[in-house]
Amino acid sequence: MLRLLSFVLFLAIWWIAALFAGGAKLPSPPAVLQVMIAEAASGALFLHLGATLARVTLAFVLAMSLGSAIGYLMGRVKLADRLGDPWLILLLNLPALVVIVLAYIWAGLTEAAAIAAIAINKLPTAIVTLREGARALDRSLDEMASVFAMPRWRAFRHVVLPQLAPYIAASARSGLSLVWKIVLVAELLGRPNGVGFEIGVAFQLFDTPRLLAYSLTFAAVVLVIETLLVQPFEARATRWRPRAA
Amino acid sequence: MRLEVEITGKTFKSAAGGTHEVLAPVKFTLESGEVGVLIGPSGCGKSTMLRIILGLDHEFQGRIARPPQARIGMVFQEPRLLPWRSVEQNVRLAAPDVTDARLSELFKILELEAHRSHFPGELSLGLARRVALARAFAVDPDILVLDEPLASLDDALAGRLRDEIATLVASRPVMTLLVTHSLDDAVHLGDRLFFLSPRPTRIVAEVPIDIPRDTRGEAEIAAIKAGLAQRTQGDRAERDIS
Repeated sequence: MLRLLSFVLFLAIWWIAALFAGGAKLPSPPAVLQVMIAEAASGALFLHLGATLARVTLAFVLAMSLGSAIGYLMGRVKLADRLGDPWLILLLNLPALVVIVLAYIWAGLTEAAAIAAIAINKLPTAIVTLREGARALDRSLDEMASVFAMPRWRAFRHVVLPQLAPYIAASARSGLSLVWKIVLVAELLGRPNGVGFEIGVAFQLFDTPRLLAYSLTFAAVVLVIETLLVQPFEARATRWRPRAA
Repeated sequence: MRLEVEITGKTFKSAAGGTHEVLAPVKFTLESGEVGVLIGPSGCGKSTMLRIILGLDHEFQGRIARPPQARIGMVFQEPRLLPWRSVEQNVRLAAPDVTDARLSELFKILELEAHRSHFPGELSLGLARRVALARAFAVDPDILVLDEPLASLDDALAGRLRDEIATLVASRPVMTLLVTHSLDDAVHLGDRLFFLSPRPTRIVAEVPIDIPRDTRGEAEIAAIKAGLAQRTQGDRAERDIS
């Protein structure tokens, strides 16, 4: 209910602002909606949205699985931490744009280059978060598992993984928002489709209604994924915590 | 089956760079069906000794001979339950072979039936301790290790849990190692008492209790305690003279 109210408030502010700014700079909500419907009817909206979502999914899964594994290793094995740390710092501070441009130069304007570039941008934050998680693992529970001779996989699944779950959730959440931002840049620079490409076109034509139509649809999809996937996962991972009154 | 412990020394390096001797030579054996009790002041290195015996700490001099394939049931000082698994899952994860009947029996003895599906965070310390006991017994252990399982519980509850431990220990042949600083627990449960010195830890005295556990009434317990008191006073007198 409160969410709906805040959404209505957002629309109201937008509409009022549109009245002052004029249609060219900030079109009113109905004008944008009209473009949305037209694009949806032609199928272009779904095509571009689908292309972007596919890239996001692939890059996200790649970065999360690789980053989690490396982060866990670095948190657990001192040698891995020492070896990996300089690389990690380099990757963390490398601007997204540099990675994307280099990827396109080295691997050509290909799908693989785009996805790899997005994944590389997300990778270091996943590593850092999971490394913290692995460092914070409760040693007394490890000892318990070892005394009771739990097989490795069972210990990992029931003792280690639940401790990492909040870190995985946090990394997924921040990572998803990072990937959303970077995918558009990657598409703008070197892909013939996707929301980023459309926004680039709209920018060149100074077509604000089209620009807003695409970005807001995109934002809506992000919001839906966040509520339907990320939040339930977080809630499940932390369900054993006694709830605050 | 027997457990042989022969530690010749254990030191650890402090952050300041000095080395501290934690354990002096310690040697004892435990037979199947026996309850050995390690008694000593807090911080005397009992837990260090346990960690070595359990194979969690390999940096010591000496040797530990555990029967190969021996199943270990352990009650840690803190319950060490998995907060994200229910009471029943906690027990089943440690003891995957436990039968439903056995589990129900254990939960009944330990009065945990109502808490099967609760998470450890929802339990009081006393209840969590009982879950830890249930877990240790569900393993059907060959070696049972109890590290101050009754500390910081009120007397009535501690007394009841002590009786439960005695019942469970009597129900199957198992070698039990109980660590405590409570003489009460020691004389109620122990077959042999090992009195430990402050650091570096060594065994000051080994006292067998010959009266079988189930025939120890109030009078017998008092008599054993009196005997022990005399003994320790004798030790002290001896030391004063020398």
